[in-house]
Amino acid sequence: MNGSLETVELRRAYGSFVAVDGVDLTVGPGARRALIGPNGAGKTTLLNLIAGTDRPTGGRILWQGRDVTWHSQRRRFRAGIGRTFQHPSVVPGRTVLDNVLLGAWHRPATSRLRLPGRTVRELTGECRDILATLGLADLADRQAGDLSHGQRRMIDLATALAGRPRLLLLDEPAAGLTDDGIAALLDALRELPETVAVVLVEHNLDVVAAFAHEVTVLHHGRPLATGTPAEVQADEAVREAYLGRRKVTEAV
Amino acid sequence: MKRESVISGTTAERPADRTGRTLRIGAAVVVAVLLCAVPSQTDVYTTFLATQALVFGLLAVGVGVLTGHAGLATMGQVAPYAVGAYTTAWLTRQDITNGLVHLAVAALAAALFSAITGPVVIRARGVVVIMLTLAVGELTATAANQWKSFTGGTDGLAGIPATRVLPGTPELLNEDQVYVYVLVVTAVVAGVTALVLRSPAGLLLAGCRENEARMRAAGHPVDRYLLIAYIGAGAIGGIGGALLITYQRYVSPEDVGFDVSALALLAVVIGGVRSITGALAGAALIVFTRDWLGGWWPGHAPLFLGLLFLVAVYVLPDGAAGFAGRARAFGRGIRSRNPDAAKSEAA
Repeated sequence: MNGSLETVELRRAYGSFVAVDGVDLTVGPGARRALIGPNGAGKTTLLNLIAGTDRPTGGRILWQGRDVTWHSQRRRFRAGIGRTFQHPSVVPGRTVLDNVLLGAWHRPATSRLRLPGRTVRELTGECRDILATLGLADLADRQAGDLSHGQRRMIDLATALAGRPRLLLLDEPAAGLTDDGIAALLDALRELPETVAVVLVEHNLDVVAAFAHEVTVLHHGRPLATGTPAEVQADEAVREAYLGRRKVTEAV
Repeated sequence: MKRESVISGTTAERPADRTGRTLRIGAAVVVAVLLCAVPSQTDVYTTFLATQALVFGLLAVGVGVLTGHAGLATMGQVAPYAVGAYTTAWLTRQDITNGLVHLAVAALAAALFSAITGPVVIRARGVVVIMLTLAVGELTATAANQWKSFTGGTDGLAGIPATRVLPGTPELLNEDQVYVYVLVVTAVVAGVTALVLRSPAGLLLAGCRENEARMRAAGHPVDRYLLIAYIGAGAIGGIGGALLITYQRYVSPEDVGFDVSALALLAVVIGGVRSITGALAGAALIVFTRDWLGGWWPGHAPLFLGLLFLVAVYVLPDGAAGFAGRARAFGRGIRSRNPDAAKSEAA
């Protein structure tokens, strides 16, 4: 399907340990999909496989109808797949503006204009706009390594957005953020164009409920349930996976 | 801490920045005057040592580009240096004594050599890079020893004719002329290198060095950037090799051995791994410690170099350039504790 992501029997094994075990996932254009599950469920591994950071040991990844399973991260980025990292990923010795500029450098629309000069300066203006949208304009000239965890996380997001992704993979973007930071994050995510599909890995279920239209629960590398946040929250198998059978029984 | 973006350059300049810039410009002018005065104010031996320091400094600049900017700590920069030197020696045997041709061909040959060896090196990281580049350097030195028809083997190549800057110009026969030529070439190469590193190319290398995963996720061809840096550093080394022939008019495997590689890395550590001027200053310090100070106490040069290294590691952990940065930060700290002084400075 054009404009959509599809994984087919996707599998990633590390020796005898299977982190992702035959996952079939379809994310349509503009979808807001959350991936949740207990620690070790394979969420980040799945995200890494889709982004090209890691390679699968089985199955296929289709993006906009093309098989990108063995494409490099660079090719996937240029095809419109952007990501943030579980631990905020910035270039610490450079300014925030430089960081965001690095995210915009190779986006498809500017791929022929790599050399320094006027085009880079034009990109700089756009990067400042992105920072302003995320409420980070004041940080533009600060050194990224001097910033707090939450600020770095937002800069990681700004860097990903600067690449104008059509599929945005977010790995625990709310982790370590204050309530105000989470509110700012949700505001920023809600501002994303409807054409951008988002796959969100998140432990904070309030964030998931506030943002995601669909939720897929992973458990032991396999999809356990898929549905709206309310449907998934009511699913007994999901509650059991999260809390354990005894506690669910006690809760009931 | 506020930092100026090399791309936008939009950070407002503070009075302290202006003072710092004035100081840096003043220091640069003083150093330039001192360097220009070397032939007229010193004896022949000191001029020779200064020339040697400049050539060795260029080798160190290449090491600094790779180690400090690309994040590839190298022990093999002596390899393109050797390629440049032996290529230049070969050119002189073809009666080509034009210095500019020497520089261009040596740079090209060294760049080509680096383009061939680079793909192996740039895929590695950390200690593995040191070992791979050490292997490249040692293999090159071994080739210099064994390929007698081209390199003269362990005897080296002697009787190399003097360089002419351009066809028809006089030969560079005395130490003063050679010094000026080497000084100009070193200044141009170091200046161009500094400009490139201050351009967006420097930003890309910083990204690769500090967060490769982020760069790859943002579509950057990290390996390509590193290969280009490796080739560029190789070209700088090649130019250094050409200058070695100009001032020494002799080359042997000893000029491109392991100890030269190690001292070049030491020069960068002393001067500051991300500073071009620091690399040049570190190289000068090593040459004068080894050959000038060592001349006062014959046989003790390795001891002085060892002491220099210890002092550098303990007193200047970020190199001389890092020490200058800390001094500036200290000055800013004093001004911030003394608002009156800051106000008067702003006024």
